[in-house]
Amino acid sequence: MEQLQQILDQALQQFAAIGDETELEQVKAKYLGKEGSLTALLKGLGKLSAEERPAAGARINQVKQSIEAALQQRRDALQQNKLAQKLAAEALDVTLPGRGLGTGGLHPVTRTLERIEQLFHSLGFATAFGPEIESDFYNFTALNIPENHPARAMHDTFYIDPQHVLRTHTSPVQVRYMEAHQPPLKIISPGRVYRFDSDATHSPMFHQVEGLWVDEEISFANLKGVVQDFLQRFFERDDLRVRFRPSFFPFTEPSAEMDMSWKDGWLEIGGCGMVHPNVLKHVNIDSEKYLGFAFGLGVERLAMLRYGVNDLRLFYESDLRFLKQFN
Amino acid sequence: MKFSENWLRTWVNPALSSDELAHALTMAGLEVEALEAVAPAFDNVVVAEVLGVVKHPNADRLNVCQVNVGEASPLTIVCGAANVAVGVKVPCARIGALLPGDFAIKQAKVRNVESFGMLCSEKELGLAEESSGLWLLPTDAPVGKMLREYLELDDKLFTLKLTPNRSDCSGMVGIAREVAALTGSALKPLDIQIQPVALSEQLPVNVAEAQACPLYCGRMVRGVNAAAPTPAWMLRRLERGGLRGISAVVDITNYVMLEMGQPLHAFDVAQLSGGITVRRARNGEALTLLNGQEVKLDDEVLVIADDARVLALAGIMGGQGSGVEITTQDVFLESAFFHPDAIAGRARRFGLATDSSFRFERGVDFAATRQVLERATQLLLEICGGSAGAISEVRGQMPKREPIALRRSRVARVLGISLDNSQIADLFTRLQFEFTAKNNPLLNPPPKGEEAVAASARHLSDDDFCVTPPSFRFDLSIESDLIEELARLYGYDNIPAQAPQAALTMLPYSEMQRPLARIQQILVARDYQEIVSYAFVEEQIERELCGNDKAVALQNPIASNLAVMRSSLIGGLVGALRFNLNRNQARVRLFEAGACFAKANIRTEHDGYVQSQRLSGIAYGSAQPEQWGATAKPIDFYDVKADVEALFAPQPLRFVAATHPGLHPGRSAQIYCGERMAGWIGELHPQWQQQYDMAQATVWFEVELGTLTQAAVPHMSEIAKFLPVRRDLAVLVDEAVTVQTLLDAMQRADVPYLQEISPFDVYRGKGVEQGKKSLAFRVLLQDTKKTLADSEIESSIALLVDVMQRHGAQMRM
Repeated sequence: MEQLQQILDQALQQFAAIGDETELEQVKAKYLGKEGSLTALLKGLGKLSAEERPAAGARINQVKQSIEAALQQRRDALQQNKLAQKLAAEALDVTLPGRGLGTGGLHPVTRTLERIEQLFHSLGFATAFGPEIESDFYNFTALNIPENHPARAMHDTFYIDPQHVLRTHTSPVQVRYMEAHQPPLKIISPGRVYRFDSDATHSPMFHQVEGLWVDEEISFANLKGVVQDFLQRFFERDDLRVRFRPSFFPFTEPSAEMDMSWKDGWLEIGGCGMVHPNVLKHVNIDSEKYLGFAFGLGVERLAMLRYGVNDLRLFYESDLRFLKQFN
Repeated sequence: MKFSENWLRTWVNPALSSDELAHALTMAGLEVEALEAVAPAFDNVVVAEVLGVVKHPNADRLNVCQVNVGEASPLTIVCGAANVAVGVKVPCARIGALLPGDFAIKQAKVRNVESFGMLCSEKELGLAEESSGLWLLPTDAPVGKMLREYLELDDKLFTLKLTPNRSDCSGMVGIAREVAALTGSALKPLDIQIQPVALSEQLPVNVAEAQACPLYCGRMVRGVNAAAPTPAWMLRRLERGGLRGISAVVDITNYVMLEMGQPLHAFDVAQLSGGITVRRARNGEALTLLNGQEVKLDDEVLVIADDARVLALAGIMGGQGSGVEITTQDVFLESAFFHPDAIAGRARRFGLATDSSFRFERGVDFAATRQVLERATQLLLEICGGSAGAISEVRGQMPKREPIALRRSRVARVLGISLDNSQIADLFTRLQFEFTAKNNPLLNPPPKGEEAVAASARHLSDDDFCVTPPSFRFDLSIESDLIEELARLYGYDNIPAQAPQAALTMLPYSEMQRPLARIQQILVARDYQEIVSYAFVEEQIERELCGNDKAVALQNPIASNLAVMRSSLIGGLVGALRFNLNRNQARVRLFEAGACFAKANIRTEHDGYVQSQRLSGIAYGSAQPEQWGATAKPIDFYDVKADVEALFAPQPLRFVAATHPGLHPGRSAQIYCGERMAGWIGELHPQWQQQYDMAQATVWFEVELGTLTQAAVPHMSEIAKFLPVRRDLAVLVDEAVTVQTLLDAMQRADVPYLQEISPFDVYRGKGVEQGKKSLAFRVLLQDTKKTLADSEIESSIALLVDVMQRHGAQMRM
């Protein structure tokens, strides 16, 4: 039976040395084929005595199973190998860039406007729009700025014809909205506005967001609360301080300028106040019953502070090297 | 409004530093725009007199001077200035002096001559940008006196940004009153003495417009020396108030204006004929103003005239030929109250903005008109001599000061804080407002002095106040005006920030409205960068690219290339594209959303213009960014068409060939969404492409935002249980036959089971004769209830083939 052990050792050795599936099958025949050495041994069982035969048969079968197992193992290993080689050959340089279109982006002013709208929507403010060529009436008269009022000179107005101007603020939207809706009302009106002014800090066209809240009990303290809340959320800074300074706007009273703390000082950020009773009267809202506050913010100003833009004119030059920084 | 702090402190002197005072004013609504020192820091500079000048032995350009600095023996000082001379008075920096720029003066040898100080120019003292030599001081400057003291250089300049409602602070008297109210410091009023009348002579004054000029005071002063020098103290305050010295009489009127906030005018009596009349100008009258400007007048304008001619624009500016000259001997001084309504806007009509019109159009204290004349007379007599005549006064109906009711409850509602009666009474008292509390006689008339106020305030029990605005305030007529005053003085800072309380309701977000942000995002995802361009463009752009020669024009454009309102976004996009191409960008894709403007056909009072919100994009360069593994293909019509279709999806669009002034006539189309013309798409006309220096084709589109924002709420329909059958149809047609024509015809043919028909290939070239094209369509047929039989499929296809053949198509199967 030493012969059996020899066959097994030889088979295992030979299998291990083979790197090719076809060859493996050929070698297999040497042991398990018709002329194979194990097959020959099995055939030789007949020559043994009836007593010896079962034991010898069992031993041969055991070896046969071992060889078959080794064979299968080797087949699997070879297949694995082959797959691994195929995969290795298919490997990509994953560091090459992806193909297809690039991605564009929104203008920083749009980005800022979206953020402002989002914050005010969270408080239930709706958004309202109005025309940019505005009548003298809505831009001035309805806002308590009669003809010849010195406040008109503050507005550096572009005229289209004697009765029409490019709106100097988005406040006319408030008037139009109040004409069409009954209080309580709560809106912001974002949009482009125009002033006859052009340098590093003034653009003849810029963006404003105005807010209006009219209800039975709305106070100056509430105005302070909402504006402060907004600025702190917009800049994501709880320690941001907001200062209100008395000022003058014909359409609000009391009126205030809003400053916010910035670096070591204060920065003017917009105007606000309690809606002037004359403005409410123009739109048939009972100023005894209802109070309201209004505020206006410069969108470019907010964007400049938020994103560190140092020249207002960059917003309108459409330079891709600038715009792409905000994508 | 600019003023000297030292001057203010002669009126009211609160225990506040300059910065604290500035802060207090700013927080009370009188914004201090600038606070600057009159002179930079320096010390040990005295007034000196040059006694002797000899040439420096070792230097041509230097002199060795003997200088009297008020001590027993003169100092030897080497000086290089060309204008040094015996007898001049100049500033001298003594040894130990520290000049601006940390320049220390030490004893020094200058080319072997000891020098004990330095004679200074204005520049060396930091008082001028440039100087041409030593600063020559007035001949009467006191030798030895510290220069800072002599010229009152330890002073600061305040610049106030006055809001239109606070004309009362356009004079020292008003600012002082405000500071007193804010700080509680005592106000030292000006001591105005009634001047003795030495002449009985009076000019007749006739006020024809009593409403426009309710009060006119004037007086003659004869025998003045108009050439007298203006005193240094007055000149200093004028200059620190931003005015130049002109001549004594003019300086006095200007000074009193800065002091009292009341503009004055002085006429030369010798140039007047007859009396003074305040009237409206007659249409066609003309006047040459003091600044040389000639103005045509009409009856909207109030003037001062004599019997012969118009002398001045009332309250705005005097005319030439009647003003005071250096040779004038007799002066007629005018102090009048012109009603704001009579002055407002008039100066602006003539392109003027004067110190006088600024004050009158906002309102001047009409209770001080006569007093101010006395004050001006007093100064005139002091400085120029002469004898004053009696005052001619014409008084009409003065502006009414109606009492205003104030409810404490309303104060609380508006401000969100509760002020008690005594607080309110105290605030009004500080503001010098006369008031009564309902049913409380104790407060009428208002008691003077702080103790009395405190005492009477304790007796206040009623919540209603009745306030009579003072004559110097023109911004108080309703309750809100008073509430603002209370809040202002109480301090906005002291009102807490409070979140509002209100009923919660949700915003009505409609699903049938697509927000602009979502639409913009589609373009962003397709590689477009948003821009914002000016809504005004060059007229030529409108004419060329939009064929628009009736653009909405601005009456006062800021620049000639921004003269008309855009009727399309194309101009801004082309401009932005060119800007970027000039900066070496090879591939540019931009979009903008914004309003476009046109004149309306029918004009109504408030609505003569069409303003439509549009969305527009432009693409240039390769369709995809330059990248590996893909061949670069320049952008074409169909690339951008896909972007437009993506914007509208799932709404189907139709493109109808049409010509547009800016676009290639064979490569442009109108975009239809349903029945509605939604916009344009096309390749920029080669003519403009060349003119604007663009090397490659540019594709542009523009659509009405309104067509994009509408959306239908989806409603599910059953999914078919049977798979569709696909058949492809390939045909040859003439080039002139559009795909849309074939599709429309097939759709209209009512073919059974037809689910979808769409082109998937277009071929020209080998195997297809010239003037023809080969088209391949994918046809999907489907029945929702059963699997289609071959015969059913074949008969549907036969119908489609028939339709196409009727359009001249040859089947290629």
